Amino acid sequence: MSRPSAIELRDIVKRFPGVIANNGVNLTVELGTIHAIVGENGSGKSTLMKTLYGAHRPDEGTVTVTGVVQDFKSPRDAIAAGIGMVFQHFMLADNFTVWENVVLGQEPGSRFRLDRKKAIARLRELSDRYGLHVNPEAVTSELGVGERQRVEILKVLYRGAKIIILDEPTAVLVPQEVEELFASLRELVASGSTVLFISHKLDEVLSVADAITVIRTGRTVAEVTDPSTVTAQDLAELMVGSELPSPQTGTSTVQADQVLCLTNVTLREANRALLDGISLQVRAGEIVGIAGVEGNGQTELLECILGLHRPESGTIELGHTDMSSVGTRSRREMGLGYIPEDRHHDGIMLSAPLWENVALGHQTQAPSVKGAWIDRLGLRSHTREIVERFDVRTPGVEVAAYALSGGNQQKLIVGREMLARPKVLIAAHPTRGIDVGAQATVWQNLKDARAEGLGVLLVSADLDELIGLSDTLLVILRGRIVAVLDPATTTPAELGSYMTGAREGGGLAA
Amino acid sequence: MTAVRFRRVLTAPIIAVVVSLTIASLALLVAGYNPVVALQAMWSNLDGADGVATVLNYGARYYVMGVAVAVGFKMNLFNIGANGQYQIAALFAGAAGGVLRLPGVLNILIMIVVALVAGGIWAVIPGVLNVTRKVNIVIATIMMNGVAAGVIGYLLRTKFRDKKDIMTAHTHTLPAKSRIPNLNRVLRLVGYHLPSQTFLQGFLVLALLVGIGFYFLIYRSRFGFDLRASGANAAAARSSGVDPKRMVLTTMAISGALAGLAAMSVLLGEQFEYGDRFPALLGFTGITVALLGRNSPGPIAASAFVVAAIDQGARGLAIANIPQEIGQIMQGTLLVVAVISYEVVRRRNQAAAIREAADRTSLGAAVSGSSLAVAP
Repeated sequence: MSRPSAIELRDIVKRFPGVIANNGVNLTVELGTIHAIVGENGSGKSTLMKTLYGAHRPDEGTVTVTGVVQDFKSPRDAIAAGIGMVFQHFMLADNFTVWENVVLGQEPGSRFRLDRKKAIARLRELSDRYGLHVNPEAVTSELGVGERQRVEILKVLYRGAKIIILDEPTAVLVPQEVEELFASLRELVASGSTVLFISHKLDEVLSVADAITVIRTGRTVAEVTDPSTVTAQDLAELMVGSELPSPQTGTSTVQADQVLCLTNVTLREANRALLDGISLQVRAGEIVGIAGVEGNGQTELLECILGLHRPESGTIELGHTDMSSVGTRSRREMGLGYIPEDRHHDGIMLSAPLWENVALGHQTQAPSVKGAWIDRLGLRSHTREIVERFDVRTPGVEVAAYALSGGNQQKLIVGREMLARPKVLIAAHPTRGIDVGAQATVWQNLKDARAEGLGVLLVSADLDELIGLSDTLLVILRGRIVAVLDPATTTPAELGSYMTGAREGGGLAA
Repeated sequence: MTAVRFRRVLTAPIIAVVVSLTIASLALLVAGYNPVVALQAMWSNLDGADGVATVLNYGARYYVMGVAVAVGFKMNLFNIGANGQYQIAALFAGAAGGVLRLPGVLNILIMIVVALVAGGIWAVIPGVLNVTRKVNIVIATIMMNGVAAGVIGYLLRTKFRDKKDIMTAHTHTLPAKSRIPNLNRVLRLVGYHLPSQTFLQGFLVLALLVGIGFYFLIYRSRFGFDLRASGANAAAARSSGVDPKRMVLTTMAISGALAGLAAMSVLLGEQFEYGDRFPALLGFTGITVALLGRNSPGPIAASAFVVAAIDQGARGLAIANIPQEIGQIMQGTLLVVAVISYEVVRRRNQAAAIREAADRTSLGAAVSGSSLAVAP
């Protein structure tokens, strides 16, 4: 008999009240391979991973790990069976060193003494054996995203995991870091571990996976045992079940008239320049994309334009009016739309009904108000229009925003901003967390509005989206615009090298 | 559907009342009193025109105070200083009315304006400290209560004192024309005669107007939307164009002004002078009432009258030789249990709403999605 598979799932069914999240999933992961699971948002990947990790029990079906049928009652059982999970959102204490983070909860030594030397030695050994290049004594807050992720991997290895599950590991990485991660994964597999990873970035999946399972609406729709026989397009169509949308904008609609112009904007916090002499211009009918690794000033840039920060120097013009010293409300009344980076932080009131959320940011203008009073009827019918046109899945406009899934909340926000017919839209990650169908809707709306003369400043972590939608691409690094590129001739890899500072200057005109 | 909604709204208050009655009864038993006798004594003090009138008079006062506090709570601005604002407003209004002695209604109007302004200013001071120096609003408002006590102690014994009375310190007593007329005459018109020495205060009408105004301001006006948005998600409100500093100052001013207005119930309807006999802790009762009423106009009214009824009932305990403090135990447990059960019920309703939304939207998609299985 051949050796058993690392993981074998048979006919997994998991129901939640009102939803069948998994409806017959089959999955076989061979020992010592990198196996990818791909599927759209909401296709049931996360539910499946939680089943594997013991976060909940399936209603039907069996889980077999290295030949033994398992019934995980908690993550503890899964860890005991050799399964380790690396979550998308890192769970590291910033003020701890790497080794402290790794041993947390499983400290070596006695009850009263923490064996520091032993912990560090063990970590060095693990790090060397799997080629993770992590310094156990570094302080976590000083690590980059890629390093933090490797610390998370170290954490599960330290706990004796032989099968490592990674949930969207590349979502937070730039292309160079992705390459490093994949090298680490190959090392892990070479030394006998098994890797299962979830993604929806198909090129990456094809470049690293030994086998691929495609999930759609809670079912396994395809098993690819030899990835060299399929293309990203094939996989995408399997995922979606239909033809794919693309972010391409087609012909240029850029007009001569500027709608947004920043000149030498500098913002400092405690002597550190968050924005350092930023100048940029958005014209009517133009989408200007800002590429950059998160935390290089994108957030501050958008917040300066919105009026949440007052720059130390420089001017911000909307149309041809200097808005540098007016408040957020006046800016929004002049036709400034805003799709925030973190919708829960500053885009939505979770406990308020949808129609009240639609007024947010537009509460001084029709159809939100009549004079000094809220126009409830106007808002409700306006909200129904947004729900319909942007395919917001909701039982009605009276439900509180928290009842909606994240993707549907995002669609509501995008709809709210687009239907307000702004002159300038500043958009951060407008399609983050929404499914491919909704993504196409958002893109189409941006394109239509652009054709009608909307100017957009777009920040996105999705490089394909940036390249596909933008008329002009700017790269931001440490608060400075370091490159101006033509999206028609730029590849994601090139963009990545500008973003990390590996390449400098260049482009059209810096 | 309405039955479900009713259940959702009423579950928490009913649990709160039952639990607090149980705890108060246990306290009575432990102290060696018969709870049944105590409740009967409380009830007997509520039964009858005098009891009802007292509950209405005090309830109206608590209501306005509750609304004053709730305005701030709606945007997570915890004005714990309503008590100081109310006292300051009462002192200045009482002093102004007692000295000016303008003819009739004019004097009343002047005093109300003085109360609104004094209470408002006293509340804006911690607001200014908050927006300019980032002083915590809770701490600043509490400290201002202490400052108010000092200022009042000084002014009441010097400048504002009615020097003719050497026994007690109070402002000049208001002339009869400067008092808010009671509603007894109106009741008589509809054929209802209150017993002598029982008065239904005209302030009740003012409280009703405050309630209506509160509803329209908070739920229907643009300003109210900004205020509630600031409470629901301060960062989102800011991005939407709300100026947070101005919002804090405006809201504190409204809150303080309403606390000042509540003082008019005592000054113009009951005591007609400001002095040491003024209720000392009305502002804190306002906090209780606002919390119990979840900052909404209708429920605040209900809790204001419940708290007033417990007060009035507790005064009847003396007859049965039972300590009146049992009323405070009831109010305290009522508040604690109510806050807990509101939260429990809120979470349950929230989970139910999420399920319902998932039910009505994704079930169809998840099940009817094509099952076209492709094997390579």
